[in-house]
Amino acid sequence: MAEKPIQGEKKAFMTGNEVVAWAALAAGAEIMYGYPITPQNEIMHYWTRMIPKHGRSFMQTEDELSAGFTTLGGVMAGKRAFTATAGPGNVLMQEPVSMAEMMRIPIVLVVQQRGGPSTATVIYAQQEVTLTTFGGNGEGFRVVYSPSNHQELFDYTIKAFNTAWKYRFPTFVLGDGYQAKMRDSLVMYNPEERGVRMVDSEPFVGKPGMPGIDRDPGHFRNTYNIEEELEEVLLQYIEDYKRMSPEVIEYKTEGIENGCDVLVIAHGIVARAALTAVTAMRGEGLKVGYFRPITLRPFPVDQLREAAQKAKKLVVAESAYGQLNRLVKEALYGLNNPPEIVELFRPGVGITDEEIVRKTKSAL
Amino acid sequence: MVEENELLAIQPSMPKSWNAATKPHKFCPGCGHGIVLKCIGEAIDELGIQDRVVFGCDIGCSLLAWDFFNCDSIQTHHGRTTPVVTGVKRARPDRIVIAYMGDGGGYAIGSQHLFNSATRNEKITVILVNNTNYGMTGGQMAPTTLPGQKTETCPYGRDVENDGYPTKGPEAVAAVTPEGAYVARGTMAKPRELKKYIKKALETQMNGTGFSFVEALSSCPTNWRTNAADMWNMVEDSMPKYYKPGELKVPGQGKEE
Repeated sequence: MAEKPIQGEKKAFMTGNEVVAWAALAAGAEIMYGYPITPQNEIMHYWTRMIPKHGRSFMQTEDELSAGFTTLGGVMAGKRAFTATAGPGNVLMQEPVSMAEMMRIPIVLVVQQRGGPSTATVIYAQQEVTLTTFGGNGEGFRVVYSPSNHQELFDYTIKAFNTAWKYRFPTFVLGDGYQAKMRDSLVMYNPEERGVRMVDSEPFVGKPGMPGIDRDPGHFRNTYNIEEELEEVLLQYIEDYKRMSPEVIEYKTEGIENGCDVLVIAHGIVARAALTAVTAMRGEGLKVGYFRPITLRPFPVDQLREAAQKAKKLVVAESAYGQLNRLVKEALYGLNNPPEIVELFRPGVGITDEEIVRKTKSAL
Repeated sequence: MVEENELLAIQPSMPKSWNAATKPHKFCPGCGHGIVLKCIGEAIDELGIQDRVVFGCDIGCSLLAWDFFNCDSIQTHHGRTTPVVTGVKRARPDRIVIAYMGDGGGYAIGSQHLFNSATRNEKITVILVNNTNYGMTGGQMAPTTLPGQKTETCPYGRDVENDGYPTKGPEAVAAVTPEGAYVARGTMAKPRELKKYIKKALETQMNGTGFSFVEALSSCPTNWRTNAADMWNMVEDSMPKYYKPGELKVPGQGKEE
């Protein structure tokens, strides 16, 4: 590989899409396959400008189906490959992701959520949570990270490659249009210099030697002769996914140790407003807590149950109409005396810390 | 009585690149896939590229070829074989990639992939089997169903007013590819010629001059509901009248229609 993309630790002030392109470079991503869609376009714009210097490549495909399936091809050829998309592109991307789940192909996808589906209202939303966690015809064998600021966009884009290649499940970084387009500060770095070893990529096809003589041919398929054969594979994957989950699940909390009157739950950029709101209210002496799932899939079920058990009420804040809330309700199902859920749903619209403070105080 | 061992001793000659452990294959009796795959196997053998081939196949009958060769193989979704092998080729240009698909996969659900990869002149080889219907799903109308031909979704015959005209794939691919690409239509009825086309397609990829595409006219007696004689009449008579076999584009010859 050519010279390191980032020399030492580098302070930067840039858009989230630029951050993703830099993170992919730093993670040693070798090839990006992509199709234009707002608000992820600048990931491709920055990637294509930077790659000649670093010997990486890019292919612009005819649609997101192709972007997903070419990414699968690139990964199966042994490259650290990725793609990025949004909205309707994420819908199309679910088909290749279904293949990746069932064939355990470690593709990395960055999604910058948008409203829509049509044009003009494409800037921001958190309405791709259900789609990204459980889209496709399958069982949702994927990892979904929801970063809430530019530093995390950088950190989790790098981490996504390692999670994907270590556990062989497709891995998403679920950003949004605000994170994509907004400028913010962060520190960029080469993962090795922070002691983060990148998991080696490995070819599925095209290994050395004559297949059938020196080695078995790699025969990768999504077809089974009988239903029970498929079930056997699925049960093994379910087992693998369960075993992986405790190692992958991430979340953040504030003020939950001794229980709270209201627990505010949010993810992504809304969690940023939620933390500001909770910190301010705690400053006023209010017994308010904060719970933020970083992995939306697998979801921090046990940790949320424990926190919710000690809360009188929950406020679920999201820029969607209950998509995070669905995950929350499922996690809390069967809890004794479950706390009441107060909804702060603003589908397709940003949420400020003031709104969260108002809603939380009204629930107190 | 003939001993079983004796029968096993009389194995039909198979291309070296075939995976003997998965033979006899699972295609229906009379299906053309076996002949097309034999042509591909012999072409791979003669070019000595077995260790470099990545073979991709679609959903539909072509998926039954997922373990057909002693070559690395990827079976993907309906119509998506073209982008999968494109992704492999872009990541590993030293591989010889083959996208093997049916007419539904190539001309309907995956047509955007076929025509855009052709337009981009991807250095890949697409082999498309045209049997004028959707075989795996039970014989529905395909983009290639002939005018008047009966299928499950055009039970009174394909009406071109309602259903449009059949897709002439190689003609379309030839129209969108630049010089350097290779485009031909062969038929299972002339396997030596078909093999020659497939070999030239693979050589085009190896020479790196451009996209290569071979359509193979093929049979589907199961869904056509034909006996052997009628099946051959369809393949040798009816199909070539609409789908003219031959080379449509050869690198260096500027041969275009």
